[in-house]
Amino acid sequence: MQDFTDLYWRLDGTTKTQEKVTALADFFAAATAADAAAAVGVLCGARQLRVVSTRQLRQWVAEETGLPDWLVEDSYAHVGDLAETLALLLPEADPAAAALPSPGLAETLATTIHGLRGASDDRKREVVTATWRRLAPRERIVWHKLVTGGLRVGVSRTLVARALAGLAGLEPAVMTHRLMGLAGGGLDAEGFGKLLDPETAADDRRPYPFFLASPLEETEPATVATALGDLADWQAEWKWDGMRAQIVRRGDDATIWSRGEELVNEAFPELVAAAEALPAGTVLDGELLAVSAAEAGPLTLLGFAALSKRAGRRRVPKKILAEIPSVFVAYDLLEQAGEDLRSRPLAERRQRLETLVPDCFAAVLDRGGEAAAPRLFTSPLVDGDSWAALAARRQESRARGVEGLMLKRRSSPYRTGRVRGDWWKWKIEPLEIDAVLLYAQAGHGRRAGLHSDYTLGVWDGERLVTIAKAYSGLDDAEIVEIDRIVRATTLERHGPVRICEPTLVMQLAFEGVSASKRHKAGLAVRFPRIVRWRRDKTPADAGTLDDLRRML
Amino acid sequence: MPSPSSPLLEVTSAGLYCAAGDFFVDPWRRVERAVITHAHADHARSGCGRYLCASPGKPVLRTRMGGNAVIDTVRYGEPTTINGVTVSLHPAGHVLGSAQVRLEHKGETWVVTGDYKLAADPTCAPFEPVACDVFITESTFGLPVYRWPDPASVAAEINAWWLANRDAGRTSVILAYALGKAQRIAALLDPAIGPIVAHGAVMKLVEAYRASGVKLPPIDRVPPRARRVGGGRALVIAPPSVLGTPWLKMFGESSIAVASGWMTVRGVRRRRNVAAGFVISDHADFPGLLEAVRASGAGRVLVTHGFADVLARYLRERGLDAAPLVTRFTGEAADGADDGAADDEEP
Ligand SMILES: [Zn+2]
Ligand SMILES: [Zn+2]
Repeated sequence: MQDFTDLYWRLDGTTKTQEKVTALADFFAAATAADAAAAVGVLCGARQLRVVSTRQLRQWVAEETGLPDWLVEDSYAHVGDLAETLALLLPEADPAAAALPSPGLAETLATTIHGLRGASDDRKREVVTATWRRLAPRERIVWHKLVTGGLRVGVSRTLVARALAGLAGLEPAVMTHRLMGLAGGGLDAEGFGKLLDPETAADDRRPYPFFLASPLEETEPATVATALGDLADWQAEWKWDGMRAQIVRRGDDATIWSRGEELVNEAFPELVAAAEALPAGTVLDGELLAVSAAEAGPLTLLGFAALSKRAGRRRVPKKILAEIPSVFVAYDLLEQAGEDLRSRPLAERRQRLETLVPDCFAAVLDRGGEAAAPRLFTSPLVDGDSWAALAARRQESRARGVEGLMLKRRSSPYRTGRVRGDWWKWKIEPLEIDAVLLYAQAGHGRRAGLHSDYTLGVWDGERLVTIAKAYSGLDDAEIVEIDRIVRATTLERHGPVRICEPTLVMQLAFEGVSASKRHKAGLAVRFPRIVRWRRDKTPADAGTLDDLRRML
Repeated sequence: MPSPSSPLLEVTSAGLYCAAGDFFVDPWRRVERAVITHAHADHARSGCGRYLCASPGKPVLRTRMGGNAVIDTVRYGEPTTINGVTVSLHPAGHVLGSAQVRLEHKGETWVVTGDYKLAADPTCAPFEPVACDVFITESTFGLPVYRWPDPASVAAEINAWWLANRDAGRTSVILAYALGKAQRIAALLDPAIGPIVAHGAVMKLVEAYRASGVKLPPIDRVPPRARRVGGGRALVIAPPSVLGTPWLKMFGESSIAVASGWMTVRGVRRRRNVAAGFVISDHADFPGLLEAVRASGAGRVLVTHGFADVLARYLRERGLDAAPLVTRFTGEAADGADDGAADDEEP
C-alpha cells in the first residue's frame, strides 16, 4: 500500500507527462504481478467496489476523535476533500502498528475492501479502525478513496500504456489496445503477465481505443472556414446527445463497449441482438441513443437523461425496454472482415459503412419514419454547399435535440485519443442569462477553502429566485477576489453555505430550460456554467424568470 | 466579578478599546494610544500617537513604524498603569517581542492573546499561560484538521530538501513571512549544507532580530542583479510576494517551497503551485488553542481572527461561556496572505 501511495503522490505532484510515465514505470518494475495488476485496474478506472459509505466513515471518525458531527462537516467544507479531511482529523498512526511491513495494494484491496463485501457494519468498522491505526495520513487519504470507491488518479490510459509498453518492449499502440476493456475489472497476476508478454494474441472482444474530437474554438462561419479550409475536405454529421460506443462483432459474439470501456451488453439487449446480424469481423463506432416509445407516430430522440436510465443497468426491466427503446447510430467502420481499417481514409471507411449498414437514421428522423424495432443505423451526413449553409443547418440543432455538428476530415485515419486537427465538435452556442450570486460554498481540490460554488438567481417580480447551482468557470484570481467579496458580504451562514448580499452578477450559460416541479423557480436549466463575471452590471441588470420561460 | 454593564474591552470602529484606560489594543486606525501585541501589519498600524510594546519587540516595531514613532516598552511580566488600568505584557511565542496583553481593573482580569503559538521557537520567548477572567483568543487555525507536526521533524524535512536540491545543482527558495517565519526557518537550517541568503525585506528584520540578541546562522543579503547566486547551492529565504516576479529568475534553476500552516491542506498546496510545502506555523494549532484556553482558566472566552464561529461553538459545547468577537477580521481565506500586494505578513 505504501508503494502505491508513493505512486499516487508522485503522479499527483507533477504535471509533466514524462515524470508521470517514469513514476508509473518505476512502480510497475518494482511491484509484484498481483500488485501491478491491481494498480492497472485502479489506474485505468476499473469500476470500484464501495464497501463503506462516506457517511459511515464520517460517523466513525467523529466517534473515534470525539469531535461533534458539525465540526467534521465544517472541516470538510474547509478542506474540500473528504478522504483528506478524515485523514487529517484522525489521531497519528500507532507506531507499533505502522512499523509492521505494509501489505501491497492487492492484499489491501482483498482484505480491507473485497473482504468486507457483505460484512456486518461492526466487522467493517473493526477493519477500518485497525487500518487507520497503521496508516500515515498520506496513505489514509488514498485508502479512504479506495474504500469508498472514489479513487481517481490524474493519469490517462495512454500514459499507463506508455509505461507498460516500455517495460514490455511493445509499441504503445499495441499496449493501449491490450488495455481496452480492462476497466470492467478482473485483471489478476496472470493477466498482468499476459499484458506484458509479446506473444499474447489479441483479445477477440476487445474494442479499439476511441478517437476523440476536440471542440472548435471558432464559431462564426468565416472563422471556421479560415481554420478548416475547403469544405470539400470535410464531412459533417450531427453531434448526437447520446453515449459513445463501439459494437464489436467477432467470432460468434457481439459486444457493446462504452467509451469508459465498460461492457454494456446487459443494458442494451435489443442492440446486441441486432448486432449479431452483422457479418463477423466488424467493428462499428457510433452513438447509443434513446428514442421515443414505439407505439405510434414518428420516432423522436429522447436525449441523454433518458438514455442514462438504461446505461449501467445489469438487467433492464421490460417496462423500461418498452418505454425507452434504444438505437445505435454508426458513424465509423473500424474493422471489416477482420481487417483493421483505422489507417484508411475516413471517406473510404464511410463508403464501406454505408454498404454494411444501409439504413440511414435520417429516414427515420426527417421523414417521420416508422416506429421500427430498435436497430442499427448510419449517422446521416449533413449537407451544405458552403460553410455559411452548414452554419445555418447547425442552427437546427436545438430543435432536433442534437448538440451541434461534427466536422471530420475526409482523408483522416481513425486516430487514438484526443488528437487535434481531424475531428472537431462544432457545438451550438449555449443559451445565456445574467444571474445574481445568492449563495456561495467552498470548493474542492484546487479550490478548497475558496468560495467557488455558487447558487445564482434571477428576478421574479421584486424578488430573486434561485435557478442554478454552478461551479465557477472563472480564473483563479477572480475566484480569490470573489471569495473575499463573499466573506465581506455574508448575511447568514448555514454550515458551509454563505448567504450573500446580492451584489455580484454572473453571465450564466446553459444548454436548455425545462419545466420542473422540484425547483422553486418552476424550471430547471441544463448544464449551467459561469462564463464570466459581469463587473459592469448590477443585480438590477440581471435577467428575469420570464426571460427563462421564453427559452422553454 | 465581571460587571455586566461596561466591559473592560469593547470593539469600536477603530479596534479593541479599553474605555477605563482610554487606550486601544492593536487598533486598525490611527489612535492616540496603542498597546501592540506584535509588529505584524494586521496588528500594528503606523501613525498612532504612542505605542507600548514588550521590550524585545522594540527594534522590530521600529523598523515597521518608522524612526519618528514614539515607542514605550515594558519588560515581559512587568506591570505598568495606564489611567488606572494595570497593563502587563506576557510572551505569546508568536514572533520576537510578541505579547499577550493582560489588563486588570477593579478586580477583573482580561487577556488579549494577539497571535500566539505553543510550539518551540528558538527565535522568541515561549508562550506563557496567564490566568484571567476573560480570554480573547485568536483562531487562525481553529479547525481540528490543523495539528502541527513536531518542528524538529519539519526542520529535518527542510534540510533534506535543501540537500537534495544542492546535490542536483538547484537553488532552494523558501517563501516565508519576512517577520518571524523567515528568522525561525533560518534558525532551523543547517548552515553546513550551503550558503543562506535572504531577500532585502527579510534581511532588514534579520538585523533587527540580531540587534535584540537572537542568534541566527550567517545570512547574506541577495546582491542586486546576481547571476546564479550561490552557484545552485544556496538556500534563499524570501517573502511570498516574490512568487511570479522576475526577482526569482536570478537564481537559475530553483526549487520553490512555501512554509506555512496552510500547507497542511493539499488543495492549498496545489494552488500555490510550488515544488514543496512545509507545515510550520507561528500560530497555535487546534490542540494548541484548546490548551491555551484551558490554561487561562478563564470562564469567558471571546474568539477573534480566524475560525471564530467554529471555535466559539466548540468551546460552548464543552461548557464554556464563549462567543465570537466581531471585529473587522471577518474570516481568513485559506491563503489570505498570498494574494495581496504587501503580503509578507501572517494573516
Ligand atoms: Zn502575527
Ligand atoms: Zn495576526
